[in-house]
Parts: sequence; C-alpha cells; structure tokens
Amino acid sequence: MHRGLQSCGVCGLLSRPAPDADVCRCPRCDEVLSFRKPDSIQRTWAFLLAAAVCYIPANVLPVLTTTTATGSESDTIMQGVVLLWSPSGWPLSMIVLVASIIIPSAKIVALAYLLISVRRGSIANNERRLRLYRTIEFIGRWSMVDVFVDTFTAALIQLQPLMSVEPGPGLFFFAAVVVLTMLAVESFDPRLIWDATSAHEVENG
Amino acid sequence: MAEPQVPPGDVPESRVVPRRQTRLSLVWIIPIVATAVGLWVAVTRIRSEGPKITIEFQSAEGLEAGKTKINYRGVDLGTIVGIRLSNDHLRVIATAQMTPQSGEFLVADTHFWVVRPRISGANVTGLGTLISGAYIGMEIGSSTVPRRSFVALDTPPIVTGEAPGRFFVLQTSDLGSLDLGTPVFFRRLQVGQVAAYQLDKDGRFFTVRIFVRAPYDQFVTVNSRFWQASGIDLQLSANGLTVQTQSLLSILIGGIAFETPTGGQTLSAAAADTVFTLYASRAKAFAPAARNPQTFELIFNESVRGLAPGAPVEFRGVQVGEVAEVRAQIDLKTMQFQAPVTIHLDAQRLGVKMIGLTSEADFNALRRRLIDSLVARGVRAQLKTGNLLTGSAFVSFDYFPDAPPATVDWSQQPAQLPTTPGQLEASEARITNIIKKLDKMPLEQIGDQLHATLADLDVTLRKTNQVLESADATLVSAHGTLDNANSFLEPSSVQSQQLSSTLVEVSRAARSLRVLADYLEQHPEALLRGKRGGAQ
Repeated sequence: MHRGLQSCGVCGLLSRPAPDADVCRCPRCDEVLSFRKPDSIQRTWAFLLAAAVCYIPANVLPVLTTTTATGSESDTIMQGVVLLWSPSGWPLSMIVLVASIIIPSAKIVALAYLLISVRRGSIANNERRLRLYRTIEFIGRWSMVDVFVDTFTAALIQLQPLMSVEPGPGLFFFAAVVVLTMLAVESFDPRLIWDATSAHEVENG
Repeated sequence: MAEPQVPPGDVPESRVVPRRQTRLSLVWIIPIVATAVGLWVAVTRIRSEGPKITIEFQSAEGLEAGKTKINYRGVDLGTIVGIRLSNDHLRVIATAQMTPQSGEFLVADTHFWVVRPRISGANVTGLGTLISGAYIGMEIGSSTVPRRSFVALDTPPIVTGEAPGRFFVLQTSDLGSLDLGTPVFFRRLQVGQVAAYQLDKDGRFFTVRIFVRAPYDQFVTVNSRFWQASGIDLQLSANGLTVQTQSLLSILIGGIAFETPTGGQTLSAAAADTVFTLYASRAKAFAPAARNPQTFELIFNESVRGLAPGAPVEFRGVQVGEVAEVRAQIDLKTMQFQAPVTIHLDAQRLGVKMIGLTSEADFNALRRRLIDSLVARGVRAQLKTGNLLTGSAFVSFDYFPDAPPATVDWSQQPAQLPTTPGQLEASEARITNIIKKLDKMPLEQIGDQLHATLADLDVTLRKTNQVLESADATLVSAHGTLDNANSFLEPSSVQSQQLSSTLVEVSRAARSLRVLADYLEQHPEALLRGKRGGAQ
C-alpha cells in the first residue's frame, strides 16, 4: 500500500491508481479498485452493532413454540439448554449452549476487540489477532445450525391437532445475529491489522 | 477505464494517505433498523403483558410454574409463573401472569379454583385434565372494584354466577345425604342443584344454598315446601306398603324435592335467598303445622321402651300431638323410677271450636277448663304399643271411668296430666296374678292322687278285658244259634215244609170247624140229637 499499488480483487492485476482519481477501476477486468475494502471499519461497526442489538431479543424471545395436547409451550434458547440438561443429555445441552449462545456472543466481542485495536493503531499481537479473525470467520457460519434445526423441526413436526412446532420470533432475531456477524466479519479487512505495523515501519524507516 | 497502460517496472511512487472516513455509510441503516425492530418487539411485548396477580391455594398439587393456565370458558387468560409457600407455610401462593385483556375481569368477586378430575355423585367433571394436567378455572365477578390477590376456592363452584336462575336458602338440622351438586327436583324434574352448605355457628342447623334454574325458579313460592328426597322412602302402614322415590338418581345420591301445596291462593314467586325449612320427608313437609303447641308432661311408672321423640299422641285414635322428649328420673321420696315424657299437644287438631275468644288469656282459661273437665271424666294418658314388629309405642288418651280420680297438676311447668298403666302393663299384672295362683295349687298332691286313680283304672281295665273275652265267647255261641235259626227259617228246609203242611192241615181243620159252626148255628139241636143223616 505504501508503494501505491492496488491489486484487483477479481483478476489479481496489480495497478497504480491515477493520482487524482477517486474511483479507480482495474484496467483488465473493470473491477472497482481500492487499497482496502471501502469503509471497512465503519461497515463492520454497523453490522456489529446491529448484531449486538438483535442478540438481546434473540435470547429473550422464544425460538420455538411447541403445541401438544397438554397445551402450548414457548422456549427461549436458554430454556432449551436448561430443558436438555440432564445427567445423560448434558453433551447435547453443551452443544446448544456453545453453538447458540457462546459463539455468537464471543464473535461479537472478538470483532469489537479487533475493530478497537485497529482503530487504536495497535501493532502488538498481529499474528494472534489474525488467527482470531480467521477463527471467527470460519466458525461463524456454524451458528446457523441452530436456525436450520429449528426450521426443520417446525416443518417436520406438524401433527395437527396432536402436536405442532412453530418458530418463535426469537428465531428471526437469532438468524439476524448470525447473518449480521457474518457480514461484519466479511466487511472487516484483515489487512488493516497490518496497516499500523507498515506505517510504523515506514516512519521508523 | 481510460487509464493508459503503464508498463510494469515503471511504477511511479506516490505517497499513500489512508482515506479518512468522513462520509456516513449507508450501511448504518442496518443497525438503526435492527434497533427499531428490537424496540418495537420489546414495546409490544411489554404492552402484551397483563397484570400480575397472586392466588392462594390450599395445595399446589397439579400446578406447575410456567405451564398451568388460567382458563375461562376455554380461553387462556393467564399462566402461573411462580409458586411459593406462604410465610406461615400453611398455604401456597401462586403468581400468575395475566393477559392484558383480563385486567377488567380481575375484580373483587372473581373466583379461581383448580380444575381436576372430579367424580362427585351425579357429576363427572374435568376429565380432560387427566391428559392435559390441572388448570385453573375462573368465574368472573360482577363487581367493579379491581383486585389483584385472590384466594382460590377449595372446590369448584357448582353453579356459576352467569347461569339464569335464583338461589334459595334451606335450613335443616340433618344434612342427610346431601352434598354439593345434589339435584333439586320439581315434579321429578331436575331443576337445580345444591350450591353450598354450611353448619351454623352454634352447630345446630345447616344452611343449604340451592340454585334453581330459570324458568323453574318461578315455581318456588313463599309457601313452597322443601323436603329431602333422599333414596327410598318406605312406609309400612295400616294402608299397606308405600314407596316414595323421586328418581333413580335421587335413590343413588339423594336429592331435594319441592312442591307448592295446591289449593289456596296462588302466591307470587319467592324472592332470591328466601329461607325455607328443609323437611325430612314429604309427609313431614305437608303435615299441618303445629301452631301454638301446648306442652305437657306425663309421668309413667312403667317402662317406656319403644317410645321415641316424634311418636304420635292420640286421643281415641286421632293424632293430636307428638312426643317431644323422654327422660328418666328417680323420685327420691318414694325411691321409684319414673319416666317423665314431654308431649306437645295441638289444640287445633282436637277440633276445639274457639268462638268468641279474643285474647290469649281467654284461650288459656278455656283450655284449662276443658282439660280439667276431661280429666274429671276419666281421661288418662296411657302407653300403647303401636307396632308389634318394631315395638314402637305411642301415647294414647282415652276415657277410663274406673280409673282412680286424679287432677291436672297445673303448678308444674309444664303441667302434668294424669296417667294410667298401659294395656300391656295391666295385662302383665293379670298374667302375674294367674301365675301366682297357679303356683299355689297343690300340684304334687293332685299328681299323686291322679297316679293312684290311674293304677285303679288299670286294674279295672284288665278286668274289663276278661269280661270282654267271655263276651266274645258268648257272641260266638250266639252267632251259632242265629245260624241255626237262619237254617230253620229257610223256605226249602224240612221244618218249613212241615210247617206249611201243618198250616194246610190247620186251615182244613178251621174250615171243618167253620162248617161245624155253621151247622150248629142252623141246627143247634144237633149237639143233642146228632147230625140228621143226609136229610137236608
């Protein structure tokens, strides 16, 4: 970047931007070029905040409404964890707990940490931060498992009038959390982690 | 796009300044929308939360926090969210989250109860709760005073307030087989139910609240009579066997029946909560009410076995009152056992015509005179056995002209009427006398003499036997004689032929004699001269 070269994200052609041009395009494939993902930090923050906001109703509202002959029952994620918790079924309960509660929250916290550290121009632990970024990028999509399970259950268990399962409003928020965190991870440019180090190196010669 | 192709290797160096983010990205719409949606959901959630109420229960059996619903006519109006013990550990306090709609129903006279499977008498209710678990039923009150803490009813109300009809109050000293939900019959049609009952504070009367459905409640008039139609009313009387029942249902679980006496003017329907007396039977309900009963005391010096309170008091077979109380006492002066019997007499039933009597004092004076004169003519109370099978007794007044003179003891309270020993008592005494006399008889002596006499008789009989034997021989010889006589008399016998020839001879002789006589009559001289030879 300090060499003033842009690489095309599509065809990989390295080019030098015109001095006064705001928007540069790849001479070969006409892709919009930029040194870093545009508005990366701002976008990541926006998605992250939206995810954080959605995280609250996702955990407070019921995700699944089970209607049986004995009456209907709405469970939130945490209630599901408690319901599954038993001497023999605790691993299942742990899976739900980790996949549905710990990972989304950890993702939000980790991304916030990355954003703040980039903002402050931190130059320490670059490799570790990058590993963290890769981890959350890889792991984030698995939270969607919860949503899939819920939708499958709702679609499969329709034994009216004996029993039926319907997704609750919490499920939509939960899905939003997963999608928004994935978008946030996507919009974060890991190269920003190294920018401060490069600038440091340039300043120090 | 109109960028000139720059040859690689000849890249001009430029200073890179990372762009400052000054422009607000459109992406911020996303968190704003997320926040807005979140807030909207939160607001709807909060607004959809109704009031929280507490309900006190005897026991939390079947209740489950977060699951048990409060149900009114099949509509969920709330959920139990918490169950805890009261501070004194005697009751259970459940917290319920109600729907916002239910706020106006939570008033002072709204009731809650736990609906469980319940089988009582004729009713089987709440079977659905066997599968779904218990829920809380509610009855919405009509008050306008809001209320947030309630005490649940121990049993579901039999009659909910919305049903058209009226409540009436019955008083009885004996609950019999009545229970909540016991049917009320009118002309054998079930028209209502027992809604509640409770023992009065002094423990003497039960107050039974019954509910009579519209439109049958209009048949309850102020002079209606209620009675317990519990089971079968069997009466074995002089008229035969009488069986009174209301319906098969009432045989099984009992019931209350009411009827309005026919005749008389039609009275308007009774107001709600009118108090009636619940009689033990139909007969009692329709028995003429004893107005102004007079209390008297009878002292019997005999056993009063079989005489129970309620036994009739009759005057020459007409019931004029009933026995109120039977006691026992020992007269310390004479050291005799006595049984004072309190009776109620109903002057009206005696058919005393009270003409021109204006005041109570007049009536009392007349009554006193009447009873005095009756006693002076020999009217006495007597114990009689009414039923030989059960041995139940009753008090009978009758004329006993031979009874020793007695007077009414008006100084006592209540007044004492003279008595005479009962029939049984009198006959007993007579029988005892006879037995005593029998006792005095010299039975042994009589027996000895009888024995001697019998021995003599034996000897005599033996002799008679011998006589009879000789008589037998005599009879045999007589038989032979008679046989001989018989043979003699037979027509073919020699004797008979001889006899007939003899008789022929005799008849010839007689004829000759007659000829002789005729000749002699004509010729008397022939006696002397002899027959003139043929000179005729």
